Amino acid sequence: MSDFLFEQRNTIVAFLIVGLIISLALSVIKGRRVMATERTDLVFGNPAKALGGWYWIVTGMSFVMLIWFYFSWDAARAYNPKAANELCQVAKVESAIKPMRALFPIDNPNLRGTDLIARDSAQLERINNSLQTLALQHAAEVEVAAILTRLTSALVDQANPAYIKSSLKAEFQAIASRIDRLTVNFNDPAYPGQPNAVQQAAANAQPGWGDTGKEIPVLPATPLGYRYAAVAAEIGMVAKDFVKLRNTNPRLLAQVADIKSRIKAAQASTKANLNLSMAEQDARSKLYRQLNKMLKRIDDGAIFPPNSLNGIQSSLVSFDQAHIAQQGSLKTFDTWMMPGGRIMAGNSACSEQGSGRWLPKPSDTLGTLARIADPDIGFKDVPLLWYRWQPVGGIVAFLFPDWIADLVPGEYPRHNQNGEINSNFKSNVQDFVTGNYESFSIPVPMGHMWDSIVRVVIGLFFGIVLGVPLGLFMGLSRFAKGFFDPMIELYRPVPPLAWAPLILTIFGIQDDGKIFLLFMVAFAIMVISARTGATGTQLSKIHAAHSLGANRRQILRRVIFPNSLPEILTGIRIAIGVCWGTLVAAEMLAGTTGIGFVENVARKQSDYEVIWVTIIILGVLGLMFDLIMRSVIKRTIPWRGKG
Amino acid sequence: MSDLVSDNLNMKFTTPSGLVVHALKDVSFNLKEGELLSVLGPSGCGKTTLLNIIAGFLNPTGGSVKLGDNEILAPGVDRGMVFQQGALFEWLTVAENVDFGLRMKGADPVETAKKVDEWLEIVGLAGFGDTPTYQLSGGMQQRIALARCLINDPDLILMDEPLGALDALTREKMQSLILKIWKETGKTIMIITHSVEEALMLGERLFVMAPRPGRLHKEYRLPFAEMGLTQDPRDIKKTQHFSETREEILSMIWDMEEEIMGGGSL
Repeated sequence: MSDFLFEQRNTIVAFLIVGLIISLALSVIKGRRVMATERTDLVFGNPAKALGGWYWIVTGMSFVMLIWFYFSWDAARAYNPKAANELCQVAKVESAIKPMRALFPIDNPNLRGTDLIARDSAQLERINNSLQTLALQHAAEVEVAAILTRLTSALVDQANPAYIKSSLKAEFQAIASRIDRLTVNFNDPAYPGQPNAVQQAAANAQPGWGDTGKEIPVLPATPLGYRYAAVAAEIGMVAKDFVKLRNTNPRLLAQVADIKSRIKAAQASTKANLNLSMAEQDARSKLYRQLNKMLKRIDDGAIFPPNSLNGIQSSLVSFDQAHIAQQGSLKTFDTWMMPGGRIMAGNSACSEQGSGRWLPKPSDTLGTLARIADPDIGFKDVPLLWYRWQPVGGIVAFLFPDWIADLVPGEYPRHNQNGEINSNFKSNVQDFVTGNYESFSIPVPMGHMWDSIVRVVIGLFFGIVLGVPLGLFMGLSRFAKGFFDPMIELYRPVPPLAWAPLILTIFGIQDDGKIFLLFMVAFAIMVISARTGATGTQLSKIHAAHSLGANRRQILRRVIFPNSLPEILTGIRIAIGVCWGTLVAAEMLAGTTGIGFVENVARKQSDYEVIWVTIIILGVLGLMFDLIMRSVIKRTIPWRGKG
Repeated sequence: MSDLVSDNLNMKFTTPSGLVVHALKDVSFNLKEGELLSVLGPSGCGKTTLLNIIAGFLNPTGGSVKLGDNEILAPGVDRGMVFQQGALFEWLTVAENVDFGLRMKGADPVETAKKVDEWLEIVGLAGFGDTPTYQLSGGMQQRIALARCLINDPDLILMDEPLGALDALTREKMQSLILKIWKETGKTIMIITHSVEEALMLGERLFVMAPRPGRLHKEYRLPFAEMGLTQDPRDIKKTQHFSETREEILSMIWDMEEEIMGGGSL
């Protein structure tokens, strides 16, 4: 069933989107009709009638879902499942041509050579200026100045068309014509011909868009894709050949050799001169290192005469035009249906970047939920919410501490000379309290969700059971209020997570630490709310109960407690919310199970679907807790605020 | 014989700033069984303190109060209380409020239920047993408070401005109800009020108290309560005797208030 849904998800999503658009439109019409029947104030409408209504809820939900489908590119995938594959081939062309484009003023304001000359001249200038302040010995200073002059001329000479090698010019010509030929091919619908059977089979065998996580099929599978993939391969080769070209003319080589030997000689003479001061030694060696670095940069030969690359640039521009024109409707689809990001090509794979990546597709999110809800898969070997068969003996043993057996009189049995161990009463008790006997098994819930819920429930339980009596006591006794107030008020304002590192260190990263942390959170809230409730008991009610014959215990149980119930229940509601938030953060901090743990691991793996699944689970569970508390409050204290 | 005997009752409070307030000074009176007493006085004359001492919520600093042979030292079921706001337990239903005292005693539930029905009938709330109290009006709540107190069969009923929070019409109906109950049960009733007309209507005896220190100022014996059992209260209020007494007491209290205000401004 779920396999079928998964295979058909694109069709389902396509219909769903149409349904959502229709429901959006219909609910807006219905809502507007209802609003038209109400007489509203001219300026601000009528706040008393701002009641929503199911049709506006439908509008809001449809809107949110459509936005989600749109920005996660689920809509794009539903209506054009091949788009990602084709855009992947387009991205291959873009990434192949990228290193070449970077040298030209196409995406950047300047030619690469212009930037290099500006940078290197500025650096030479800086070295020259520093020479003035260093106050070196005269001979050394003269030598460095001479080297600087030569470096400058070597730099400048690269830009001079008179010195360029004629073979390099021819190579530029060749590159430009290769690009031109490719542009012509690009515009030819017959290029590059049909894929062969092997290619076709490989393309058909690869998984579809998002079939396995974030996968985008990388091999071309459509005619357009084939064309782009072929162009990408060729233009990649051209680019590789182009970036290898260097402006290494004989003149430059001679200049570099000259400068190199001068620097070396200067370094040698510095080393040989033992009379130099420490400061001068340091200054000189630093200076020579800088000069060497500059020489290496110039030796690179990456600067060409200003107009020598014009041919290649114009070829590239017309290639670009062909590249964009050939995308046709795919370009429009990319712009409008895949907003907030794009598909990028890496070395061996394509990936969604932008909102398509961090906002998972609703269908994939559901698929992920279905996948990790499967107890055989789960997350990190623990199912999301499942059960296991647990012997009753073990559960019973959990309730009894093991030392009970030690209290039983007598000795534990020893083995006899035949190697047999005969059990006695004491060992039987020990077996019982450790669960070491055969017993039938019952299903016990287990899994990440269940662990989180149990932690909250246990922490909350102890917080209530201990906090409410103390709160009532504090509300009724001047002494208790004064005595306990400082302790609670000192720890309560500290954010629970600030306690977490300490508590988790003391009590361990498993359940104990987290439950104690939640207990602390719930305890403070319950004490304060129970105290407020008890303080709010009217004296006349206590007097009335007293004169009706109730004793102290009965007044506490029958008057003060029910009177504080509204505050206590509100406190529980708040405590659940705070505990839930604290727990998730604590689970992220440390531990091996729990929803927070799942989310944290998913974060480390950049598994956005799982992150969103945990967010949705946390939201739904939090909402469920709150709804339960709301209905409990409605049932138990309908008199609230009406006394 | 369970008369209420107050013997030289004195009550002094010390405020946190060390000031001694003489709330009651030498209050002595004798309230016979079955008498209806209303206590009237300007604010601060100690009438609520007196009531609290009789109820047992406060212990006097001097003198004693006895109900029958027992000195009053603590609250007890022999004295029922009715408070201004009813002081009902709003988390309980009408019936649960009424049988609260019996339940605390652990009385037989079947008999209790019977008694509750009887008393709801008497106060005119038959059939309201399962209604939550917070849904009822102020007058109905006060009726429940009466029933809740009377079901315990106390010797003495203490009412602390029981009708103060009710509207005029409900108030008159409740006055008749109190008179009816007084007559039918023959209970001793002590009512504290700040309405002169109410004090006249609900007082076989009437104490006017004076402040600073709180003391009994004047006592009246009045026929209006007895008359109220048979006649229309409005007719009674029209009689000359009623209006003369009312004016006399009003001017008395007016003078006391003036004195307090004058003393305050000096």
